[in-house]
Amino acid sequence: MTHFIQTIISGLSLGSIFALIALGYTMVYGIAKMLNFAHGDIIMIGAYTGIITVAQMGLPPLFAVLFSILLCALLGVLIEFLAYKPLRQAPPLSVLITAIGVSYFLQNLALLLFGSQQMAYPTLIRLGQVSVGGVTIDGITILTLLVTALIMVVLSFFINHTRLGKAMRAVSEDKAAASLMGISVNRTIALTFAIGSALAAVASIFYGMSYVYIKPTTGAMPGIKAFTAAVFGGIGSVPGAMLGGILLGLIEQLSKTYISTLWADAIVFGVLVVVLVVKPTGLLGKKMNEKV
Amino acid sequence: MSVKTHQKTKLVPVNRSVALLPERDAHVSPILECIDLGVTFGGLKAVDNFDITIGRTEIAGLIGPNGAGKTTIFNLLTKVYQPTHGTILLDGKDIHGMTTTQVNRAGIARTFQNIRLFTDLTVEENITVAMNNQIKYNMAEGIFRLPSFWKGERIAHERAMELLSFFHMEQFADAKAGSLPYGAQRRLEILRALATNPCLLLLDEPAAGMNPSETAELMENIRTIRDTFKIAVLLIEHDMSLVMNICEGIAVLSFGRIIAKGSPEDIQSDPKVIEAYLGRKKEA
Repeated sequence: MTHFIQTIISGLSLGSIFALIALGYTMVYGIAKMLNFAHGDIIMIGAYTGIITVAQMGLPPLFAVLFSILLCALLGVLIEFLAYKPLRQAPPLSVLITAIGVSYFLQNLALLLFGSQQMAYPTLIRLGQVSVGGVTIDGITILTLLVTALIMVVLSFFINHTRLGKAMRAVSEDKAAASLMGISVNRTIALTFAIGSALAAVASIFYGMSYVYIKPTTGAMPGIKAFTAAVFGGIGSVPGAMLGGILLGLIEQLSKTYISTLWADAIVFGVLVVVLVVKPTGLLGKKMNEKV
Repeated sequence: MSVKTHQKTKLVPVNRSVALLPERDAHVSPILECIDLGVTFGGLKAVDNFDITIGRTEIAGLIGPNGAGKTTIFNLLTKVYQPTHGTILLDGKDIHGMTTTQVNRAGIARTFQNIRLFTDLTVEENITVAMNNQIKYNMAEGIFRLPSFWKGERIAHERAMELLSFFHMEQFADAKAGSLPYGAQRRLEILRALATNPCLLLLDEPAAGMNPSETAELMENIRTIRDTFKIAVLLIEHDMSLVMNICEGIAVLSFGRIIAKGSPEDIQSDPKVIEAYLGRKKEA
């Protein structure tokens, strides 16, 4: 039983990292109607930022955290401005190819700057372990869960109750009508990229502290899994990305513990296939009502 | 809705010095001037040689057979299409080079022929989101819910309820816009446009799909809107009783060109109009 509880908790923690990344995918998709496949590589950039600032320059961890969030947010906005904005009117396939191109660009940039050797992510904060009734939980796991929960509450409030959030929802529904109502579509899209990339930076911190070793292709796998989580929950839906991420983390952890580590990924993607067959728009995705 | 309650909720205006109830002088200069406006789509002159002047608190009508280019004019005025030639002066200022968003902020708001509300947002949110350009707070204030954020939210809420009371729609404030009945959606679209604080309101077939009593109410409402907000209204409409009743100036469009301009009386007796428009209707 304690083993099971431990598995669930680490599953939740892994799931919250996926959820943080999936939010970036789903928000960008909801508003710009594009799949930003370079999103995973933002995590890698965030992780390297942590390594450079703390392990190499010896700056305080709190500064590293803030700096990496800020840098990733700026990078997200810059990528949108340089690579995606000129393609606003282009067919979706061109944007998709561009996103893949940006992803390779970032990976190779990291390869050039940091080399192919993997680097160790510094311990930003030393947390002990907590034992409750025989269940031992890492402090970092608890921190991951708490911070993610907090971020989700704040983000939900932002999207549902502030006017910038409402503007985001309006733009996501009808760009042309939104711009005719005085909402700046470009600025709203830039803001979405900034928020998505900032969340990826937060994810990079927890990812780095849990998995330690970072290399230029580090972002690819969590990126793909988070994308899966976003589709799983219903791409374009913010609660869907949260739910999809958490469920994906749980499924992966449970498969690793009780079935097989090697099969875990296959099971995760298998579940996605089943969900999409039964509910093509994902768990919380909106039904597409075709007007006849 | 009295003038006083309006002034009590003071908004922070962004790029126009007027707040909620702009007291514009109706007679000094026109609010909108189109000079030789035209647009060509791949060799087809959708609109050509379009000249029109609209007074500051005028209700003007744009009529014409289907496909005459009426909605195209609205799209030119709101910069959805870029004119091939000609000038649009809003309050004496050339809007050339402005984006749709900037044109809206400069004071042109519109509704759509086929309703385009934000159906997933609530009725109140549809209105408050259109005030985006007037009530300012930055993201930090929004996230940390600083006092200035709450103040902005309260003002937005109050103004939204005021606008809703205009059409007696306060009870729908929390309903999803998409769930409203058709007539209410049309009314909400007008309120959403008003929330952007325009000086010129473009209504694209506001009476489409309405029954005669709803149309009569709408006519009254358009007049009240003009009188309360002291703004100009330009409307496209096929319902001749509405157009002839409330419009002070009418332009008739046929195949992208103005074939007649003038008061309702002039238009009704113009043989060219009867031929191009009313005549055709008789045959059918």
